[in-house]
Amino acid sequence: MLTQIIAISLGAILTNNFIFSQFLGCCPFLGCSSKVDTATGMGLAVVFVMGLASAICWVIYTYVLVPLGLTFLNTLAFILVIAALVQFVEMFLKKSVPSLYSALGIYLPLITTNCAVLGVVLLNVQNHYNFLESVVYGVTGGLGFMLAIVLFASVRERIAFADYPESFEGFPICLVSAGLLALAFMGFSGMKIV
Amino acid sequence: MNTILLSVLVLGVLGAVFGCVLAVASRVFHVEVDPREAAVREALAGANCGGCGYPGCDGYAKAVAAGEAPCNKCVAGGAATAAKVAEIMGVSAGETERQVAFVPCSGCTDVAEARFNYTGPEDCRAAMLFGGKSNKLCTFACIGLGNCVKACQFDAMHIVNGIAQSDRTKCVGCGACVDACPKSIVQLIPESQKIMVGCRNQDKGAQVMKICKVGCIGCMKCQRECPSDAIHVENFVAKIDPSKCVQCGHCTEVCPRHIIHTLKP
Repeated sequence: MLTQIIAISLGAILTNNFIFSQFLGCCPFLGCSSKVDTATGMGLAVVFVMGLASAICWVIYTYVLVPLGLTFLNTLAFILVIAALVQFVEMFLKKSVPSLYSALGIYLPLITTNCAVLGVVLLNVQNHYNFLESVVYGVTGGLGFMLAIVLFASVRERIAFADYPESFEGFPICLVSAGLLALAFMGFSGMKIV
Repeated sequence: MNTILLSVLVLGVLGAVFGCVLAVASRVFHVEVDPREAAVREALAGANCGGCGYPGCDGYAKAVAAGEAPCNKCVAGGAATAAKVAEIMGVSAGETERQVAFVPCSGCTDVAEARFNYTGPEDCRAAMLFGGKSNKLCTFACIGLGNCVKACQFDAMHIVNGIAQSDRTKCVGCGACVDACPKSIVQLIPESQKIMVGCRNQDKGAQVMKICKVGCIGCMKCQRECPSDAIHVENFVAKIDPSKCVQCGHCTEVCPRHIIHTLKP
């Protein structure tokens, strides 16, 4: 059991990193990574929402969709769940934890449209994970996203002062460095816990 | 058929349940926000020009509602907005004199000698990179490539005959042009001040005569003739003190170079 959990975590953070090997959530990855501060905020919000969404979607899938034989509706149902969940979490945080709310700020509502969140719940179904495994996969997937975006933001902060060809100014140099980071993460592929 | 009905039903029920939960949550987790903040934001001009010194209209509205900022900082809205904001906040507005941009240079292309024929990028900074910090022989002159025009959100700055001119009816006094001018020529003056010296050249008179047909030569005639002691020549250029000027316009008549103007409107 424990090895299974560790395997899932390592897989989600390193070998099957959501951004670098599954190419999910690339939009916030490029959009929110100009500063380490904002990248950390976005990463935290994603961890939070991915964990919660995994838990709730598992419940909906197992106790509503499977008994009624409506598993083909999972994408639709999960989108509904995620959208409602993000709204709910936003309201809850605003009232109960204003400091966290202001720290996450604009990133929380932005996550509604993050495909990595939908990706994680769909992969939970595909991999036949149980409740605990789903939540672990969600949280660690979020951590992997955070690792990637914080790493990339640090790289971008350095690139700003680097001497690179002028025609690469802006997005081109970002995409090139993102590609190099993804290549580096390929070094983890093939790692397995038996 | 059954499956279709069931799908519709399940998604409908799911949606309804989530809707109800969110509706309840919005009540339970309702957070009181200062209604004055939204009202103040509504009253502001909404140009996000930054003339108030806060990051955009939202920032200013927040500061006003929190009691940290005075009500009369919205330069784009002027006195009318200040009065509205003051009414919302329940305080008196305080006097606001409208400020407008003014370019103290009259060296249009036919009176100021050109230093070189500039054909580079349309940017004052670019023109300053060549010798002499200007495209005109007068180093104090307006370059006239329109950095202020680009900075102005209100279409109040225009290049007329090689120098920048502000349209006093459109100018709101946000000061964007003042910041944009690389030569720091543009200045904000009170709207009521109609008499201004259209030159800032600090060279001696003889030098000015060589490079500009209209520039102030510092002859001190206006200073002697001014009935209210409002004009003084400092560094070979006349300067009007708006707090003393009575707008009589006598100096505009006595100036041998006709460089003191009555601004319109």
